[in-house]
Amino acid sequence: MSDTRFSEEYEGPLLEVTDVKTYFETDRGVVRSVDGVSFTLERGKTIGIVGESGCGKTVLARSVMGLLPRRGLIREGSVRFEGKELIGLTPREMRAYWGSQLAMIFQDPMTSLNPVMKIGKQITESIREHLDVEKKYALELAESLLRSVRIPEPQRRLDDYPHQLSGGMRQRVCIAVALAAGPKLLFADEPTTALDVTVQAQVLDLMAEQQRERFMAMVLITHDLGVVAGRADEIAVMYAGRIVEKAPASVLFRDMKMPYTQALLSSIPKLADASHTRLATIPGRPPDLVKPPKGCKFAPRCAYVQDRCGEEEPPLTPGASAGHEFRCWFPVGTPEGADALARNVERRLPAALVLAAADTVEV
Amino acid sequence: MPAPPDRPSDSTHADGLGRDVLVERPSEALLASELEGLVVDGELIPVAAIEADPKAHRHKLGVGAWLAIVWMALMVGMAILAPILPVGDPEETISAEEIREQGNCVTVERLGREIEQCNIAARGPFADDGGAPGYLLGGDGNGRSMAARLVYGARTSLFVATGAVLVGFVFGGSLGLIAGYFGGKIDTVLTGMFNVLLSIPAIILALALVSFLAPQSSEGAGVDPPWWRSSSMILIYAIGVVAIPLLGRITRAATLTWSQREFVLAARAQGAKNARIMIREVLPNVLPAMLSITLLGIAVAIVAEGALSILGVGVRPPTPSWGNIIALDRAYLLTGAPHIVLEPATLIFVTVLSLNYLGDVVRARFDVREAGI
Repeated sequence: MSDTRFSEEYEGPLLEVTDVKTYFETDRGVVRSVDGVSFTLERGKTIGIVGESGCGKTVLARSVMGLLPRRGLIREGSVRFEGKELIGLTPREMRAYWGSQLAMIFQDPMTSLNPVMKIGKQITESIREHLDVEKKYALELAESLLRSVRIPEPQRRLDDYPHQLSGGMRQRVCIAVALAAGPKLLFADEPTTALDVTVQAQVLDLMAEQQRERFMAMVLITHDLGVVAGRADEIAVMYAGRIVEKAPASVLFRDMKMPYTQALLSSIPKLADASHTRLATIPGRPPDLVKPPKGCKFAPRCAYVQDRCGEEEPPLTPGASAGHEFRCWFPVGTPEGADALARNVERRLPAALVLAAADTVEV
Repeated sequence: MPAPPDRPSDSTHADGLGRDVLVERPSEALLASELEGLVVDGELIPVAAIEADPKAHRHKLGVGAWLAIVWMALMVGMAILAPILPVGDPEETISAEEIREQGNCVTVERLGREIEQCNIAARGPFADDGGAPGYLLGGDGNGRSMAARLVYGARTSLFVATGAVLVGFVFGGSLGLIAGYFGGKIDTVLTGMFNVLLSIPAIILALALVSFLAPQSSEGAGVDPPWWRSSSMILIYAIGVVAIPLLGRITRAATLTWSQREFVLAARAQGAKNARIMIREVLPNVLPAMLSITLLGIAVAIVAEGALSILGVGVRPPTPSWGNIIALDRAYLLTGAPHIVLEPATLIFVTVLSLNYLGDVVRARFDVREAGI
């Protein structure tokens, strides 16, 4: 691995994802898990990818990293990391990037550590895969890594097995493993979903701190808008394999245009709600990715749906603020949107009633 | 437990459809216990995580397991130390003169005449002809010490069985690991091979392999074959080939589940090579399952060696093995000297039982560890 391949002088964005499509061939047909996703990410920045389960978040991350099983996989588009195209590289070629350039933290720290390998070993394996260092030095590095992810008594923990640690501790170890070879881009795939709420914030803060220290870019994948709020520079909301709204974080929360984003946000329970308040839900289920509906994919569940939505798929249209894009014919917070919602409430469309009842139509 | 006739009204409320819904309130005791723990560096570590000491589970071996371990240690020790144990030469027949000199000839009455018996052939603890002084466990049909033959027989039997299963372990294990890890066409081909081997009755396959591999008579009967073509080694190859699909399939199945685990993907995401993932990440997890089946396999191989001996293709006499001791003198079972058959049969029985038991213990401990994760 020559160092010239990863020139530090590269000026463009760290990661450019352009029209990435990831399909799986199955017996039922072609599953369009990711269907034309584009985004760019600068060094040291964070993009949050939000969506409910099955919307293609995880597949997108693994597709960008090239970690998907190759059987029956169709992967198109362009993924440029520091200007170098990653799609089309063999796993052997990708190995130059994995760990040292791109790293990933997984959802469940219970299963992403090897149960029969000591913590120290798992970290040093990763270090020694990329850096040609003595075992003793690798162990010292591992210890300092554990210290940097705030694990008490790192020296002693090196000799522990994963089952001797709590969930939060294990996720810290996973972070240490991912950071071992100093990646420039970290994918965090629902890193706190399996953790206690009390530990979640600590782990997220730790990741943000490490990101700042290492000037590392991060793709933060979550189903929880609350997790990315305040942590991501940009947020992309995914639905049925597509980005349906993308905006700088502050813009998204202030001026969301896509009814799906609004529905996601209103489904977060609020502390101010009285107890036994019905939780706001999004009626229906995500569409079948083998035979996605014509038109807007969210139309069957949308509170603002009109006839046009079932016919034509809205393109990504730029919003008022810079970097804001969304896919909707009747955007939230516009006169067309308000008319559409009013008509639907009149027609007693369940989704519209839920939205009206939740009383979170914020502008 | 009597059902509470009336729930306090505050624990029920109407749901949207007007039905009463029971609201389970978490008891305060439960909440309190969850909060118990140590605060380390700002993080609450629950008590459960602190007290979960895996060693507490590990050293609980039952009496049965200990008996099995002691027995196996005895057998293995016997096999290894055979040349320095005071049991004599298993292939030596003591002459009548020697026995008379030692004063070990016995006088028995037969057909009204007194006969001095100096041949200790087929005399033993249960023989009609009385004991065989000097021979602790009696003599075999050729007047050789049963004790010596059993000790040396342990050597041959355990060597052949362990060797055969080792062949299966190494070849079956690596093929199974490759099949399970890579999947796809490689898996189809290898699993197909295992199935073909499994479809041939094991004893017939072993029989055919021994006949095929054995040195041909034209090579000269008086010349000893090189060590790697000795009858023991040929048995190892033959039984080993039979063991390959058994270990291969177990290893493949275990590999299949373990390589789906996220830590394998995590290792890949860290840039680990396939060979490293297979050996460092997957194999240690698969090993307990392999070890358990290996112990059972050794037990089966001991019996298989005996079966092949009875079919006449076992370890070549005069070298004793538990199987060929039974095979050679099986006629004595009903003609006055059952000890020749019963003694090795007992050893085989207890050894196979111990190995089966230990195999189960290994598997159980493997499960405990699984649960502890």
